[in-house]
Amino acid sequence: MNIYLTILVGSLLVNNFVMNKFLGICPFLGVSKKFDTALGMGMAVTFVMTLASFVAWIVEHFLLVPFGLMYMRTIAFILVIAVLVQVVEMALKKMSPSLYQSLGVYLPLITTNCAVLGVAILNSDLAYGLLESTFNGFCAALGFTLAMVLFACIRERLSLAKMPKWMDGFPGALITAGLMAVAFAGFGGLIK
Amino acid sequence: MPKEKKSFLQVFMNGLITENPTFTLMLGMCPTLAITTAASNGIGMGLATTFVLVCSNLFISLLRKVIPDKVRIPSFIVVIASFVTILEMILKAYIPALSESLGMYIPLIVVNCIIFARAEAFAFKNGPVLSLADGLGMGLGFTGAITILSAIRELLGNGTIFGAQIMPEAYQPMGIMLNVPGGFVTLGLLLALVNAIKNLAAKKAAARKEELA
Repeated sequence: MNIYLTILVGSLLVNNFVMNKFLGICPFLGVSKKFDTALGMGMAVTFVMTLASFVAWIVEHFLLVPFGLMYMRTIAFILVIAVLVQVVEMALKKMSPSLYQSLGVYLPLITTNCAVLGVAILNSDLAYGLLESTFNGFCAALGFTLAMVLFACIRERLSLAKMPKWMDGFPGALITAGLMAVAFAGFGGLIK
Repeated sequence: MPKEKKSFLQVFMNGLITENPTFTLMLGMCPTLAITTAASNGIGMGLATTFVLVCSNLFISLLRKVIPDKVRIPSFIVVIASFVTILEMILKAYIPALSESLGMYIPLIVVNCIIFARAEAFAFKNGPVLSLADGLGMGLGFTGAITILSAIRELLGNGTIFGAQIMPEAYQPMGIMLNVPGGFVTLGLLLALVNAIKNLAAKKAAARKEELA
């Protein structure tokens, strides 16, 4: 049980994907102008990342390792993710049109979200088991959502503030993110 | 063919400066922030990305008439992932030190949005020669930008550039520059500087136009 707690705290706060590992920066900066879109993207990513960690583990241990194809890992994982995103998109469209309405636009973007491929590679590097991998994917995605939603809230307020023209937009957002990263660095000592 | 040659240069310069992927298009942010803690890492990552970008642009442009429109995204992914795998093996075999320090960010070149965006926006619509120019320009533009960023971070965070001592002995290195917040803030300030220069240039151009009119 202990390892799950470590994974939870570790992936959610200490090694937060956005604030500590620089993964998933593109959507973090790109779709964080509004609270709603940030939450939607976060939920879509959580869904896909949990599934992707699960499927990537199965592909690695039942396909890549037995046939000695580990050098194909990158290609195999990215294909798994691309297929998964496509399948999730189709399934959502059929089964839950309302959920598709709210998450649909974010799904195609997830294929090139490096957090998803990152978590698959990280799980494989750390030699996690099936349950641990899936749980790690879920927690890392929650961490991503947390950082993104917090950032979106700050940006919503920030967009009302008066800023010099050369600071407006991305430069201001990046410095905000930098200050947030300082705050997240405070979690550093939680686990050893 | 002088015409072809001229546009080759134009496309190249467009990628290098006018539409610089880091400072203008804001693409490929993850490696830009993650590995820019030492100038040598920056240049290594930049050249590695350039290699993949040039190869994938060339290949996709050659195959653009064969690939059906509907399955172009999966096809791009396969092409890009293959070149990244080749790169991974080459680096591991010949430059193990770089492979070690870049770590998991090498396989992550697959999902670098610069490569994807150029495949979709340029290589799929243009001939191989121009696509090659675009790949080279964009790749070197990216390399230049992240080398500058990493040089600044290394100088302030460690007092060195490319491992050579620059700052005087008495300088206290700012450790935070090498950490996550330093990356965000340095890039933010650098972008603000680029914006300020652009605004100034636009103002000057407008003033000159008024003078002429």
